[in-house]
Amino acid sequence: MTQWFDARRFGALLLKETRQILRDPSTALIAFVLPLLLLFIFGYGVNLDTPRSRIGIDRRDDSQAAVSLAQDFIGSRWFEVVDSQPVATLSRELVAGHIRGIIVIPDGFGRDVARGGGSIQVITDGSLPNTAGFVGAYAEGVRAAWAARHALEQGRAPHGVGHPPAIAIEHRYWFNPELRSRFFLVPGSIAVVMTMIGTLLTALVVAREWERGTLEGLMATPIGMGELILTKIVPYFVLALCSMALCTLLAVTLFGVPFRGSPLALLAISAVFLLPALGQGLLISAATRNQFVASQLALLTAFLPTLLLSGFLFEIASMPRVIRWLTYLVPAHYLIPQLQTVFLAGDDWGLYLPDMAALLGFGALFFAIAIRVTRRRVA
Amino acid sequence: MTIIRLRSIIIKELWAILRDPRTRIILLVPPIVQLLIFGLATTLEVKNMTLGVLDRDGGAWSQELLQRVAGSPNVTRIIPLKNEQDLREAIDRQHVIAALRFDSHFSADVASGRGGVVGLVSDGRRSNAAQIVSGYLDQIAAGVGASVSKTQTGSSSSGGSVVINWFNRNLDYLWFTMPALVAVISAISAMSVVAQSVARERELGTYDQLMVSPLRVGEILIGKMVPPVLIGTFITTVYVILIPLVFRVPLTGSVALLYGALFIYLLALTGVGMLVSVLSATQQQAFLGMFLVAIPVILLSGYASPIDNMPHWLQVIAHLDPATYFLKVTEGVFLKAMPAADVLDNCWPLALICVVTLSASALLFRSRME
Repeated sequence: MTQWFDARRFGALLLKETRQILRDPSTALIAFVLPLLLLFIFGYGVNLDTPRSRIGIDRRDDSQAAVSLAQDFIGSRWFEVVDSQPVATLSRELVAGHIRGIIVIPDGFGRDVARGGGSIQVITDGSLPNTAGFVGAYAEGVRAAWAARHALEQGRAPHGVGHPPAIAIEHRYWFNPELRSRFFLVPGSIAVVMTMIGTLLTALVVAREWERGTLEGLMATPIGMGELILTKIVPYFVLALCSMALCTLLAVTLFGVPFRGSPLALLAISAVFLLPALGQGLLISAATRNQFVASQLALLTAFLPTLLLSGFLFEIASMPRVIRWLTYLVPAHYLIPQLQTVFLAGDDWGLYLPDMAALLGFGALFFAIAIRVTRRRVA
Repeated sequence: MTIIRLRSIIIKELWAILRDPRTRIILLVPPIVQLLIFGLATTLEVKNMTLGVLDRDGGAWSQELLQRVAGSPNVTRIIPLKNEQDLREAIDRQHVIAALRFDSHFSADVASGRGGVVGLVSDGRRSNAAQIVSGYLDQIAAGVGASVSKTQTGSSSSGGSVVINWFNRNLDYLWFTMPALVAVISAISAMSVVAQSVARERELGTYDQLMVSPLRVGEILIGKMVPPVLIGTFITTVYVILIPLVFRVPLTGSVALLYGALFIYLLALTGVGMLVSVLSATQQQAFLGMFLVAIPVILLSGYASPIDNMPHWLQVIAHLDPATYFLKVTEGVFLKAMPAADVLDNCWPLALICVVTLSASALLFRSRME
């Protein structure tokens, strides 16, 4: 009968696993290079804030009003006017993707303005829906501002100016008043990094041991199953937490993301999330016992859902109902609100605890199945 | 001789990948599931939102505004809030994305012509969604405001902008996502396969056998490029059939052009993947290395956020990304009926990436031989 737990044996095995991990350069790649890469991409690259769009103008009217409106577009901070051509020519540029919109100032615009009207046409590139929406809205903004100024210059009180609009909305954004998308993307990338280390790296490494038969070798020793699994996951648990700490440090120092919660809360949140992540990694490796299949499964069931279905990049509420249900099966779904809160809002245990309970539940489930599958494989 | 050798290495490589039934399944089934799930999930629109309302006014105009808000197709639920503390908790706990706050004199202000002001508190933790919600509510408020002005002064509006969205009239986000996924998912599949190929031989020890065989380096590399190109082509074919039929996204351009560009794109991806594979000693390193390359390939391609929004130096890097070019081609061929000249403009950078990465791989491959 083997002893279930032996501190010396456990310590020795833990040391062996840790050395094995530290020796492999790919570990450093995932634990330290990947977080840096993700932070840089999410900090600088994935920017959902309003850009400056390249547009073309087709001015078909020579009136002073039309010229001054075109001048306003050229001077606008929202647009970069790259060309003045007829629509037929500009449309080719729009198809090629060189410009994102065309402003058409129609014939007779000046005459219409003098009569109190004056409409323009805005053609956008609908193949980029987000950009198209901005171009449409900001073009109308430029036109409206011009119309108000023009009316004043003409000595007429324009509509809406002079007395306030009938209903106005006063916007306040809590936690992130300047609406920097970086502030929610950078904490979110911590979820991706921990998923990578917890699930992907663990799945790969343990699958490799299955592939080579070294795991069966270990199981033939007097070590208990629980002990063996622990020695496999503890090093990754620690590694993931180190990586998380590195991300947090960089997020705060380099990217200026506020950290309003407590470090202890962040540690607790991360530690709890790592349980389902590691459990899933073990489960994948035990179920596949093949590095390639394990890596693909980890990519599909852990990395992509964390990136796309966790509410990190895309609003869950906007997804179709079936997919919304599916997101409840993604552990990162419960992590993202906690991370956003600990960074931007400050500790709120009323929000943390239910999410932590869900994560613990997933963790227990994954570990239970992983142990069952492992037992069956060995038997 | 070369033909016979090439044939046998191609058969061997295909066999190495497709022999394992689980690998066959994992290569062919998930891309279709991904198309369904991620295609439908990745939208930057905000739908089904839940709003909170703290209505201290309860007058005619706050009711009118609330009714319009409730009638908006983007709003599914409005939660009435009793007081400031309720509001704070609803936002803090993310029960609502935003909350409207009417002061007690709101309707009186509107009726008197002084103009009423509604407060809107949004959850800045989800700043992008919050911003979009604010935009929707501004529009609704402006609409109600216009009807107020009309009843008070009888005036009509002056001028305006008529916005026409070409290629995608209703700015349906699915029309963007679907063609983009063709570029993204075929990249993941093709690169996963090729990154394993050389590293696997090295780990299993068959690399040396390959070296002593009469095969030349070029032949070995070509043999290893065939499976990812075939798999990528297969996945794209499934997509090109499914996307117009199931998702009703129009396919306006030439399918032949799409396949031409696809072929060069897949070659460029295999070139990148091959470089990773040759540089790795084990499958684990190859996979993780591939992953490290795949993340920027996907995120900088314009799929996750427009390239226009990136800082200039990052746009330069984005133009080293094969997916950036192919994304333009898939969007163009699906939605814009992109002419051959524009497709070609995006193909030559791909060819360049392919030549550079493959030559580097061949050089490294050879140097490892000695």
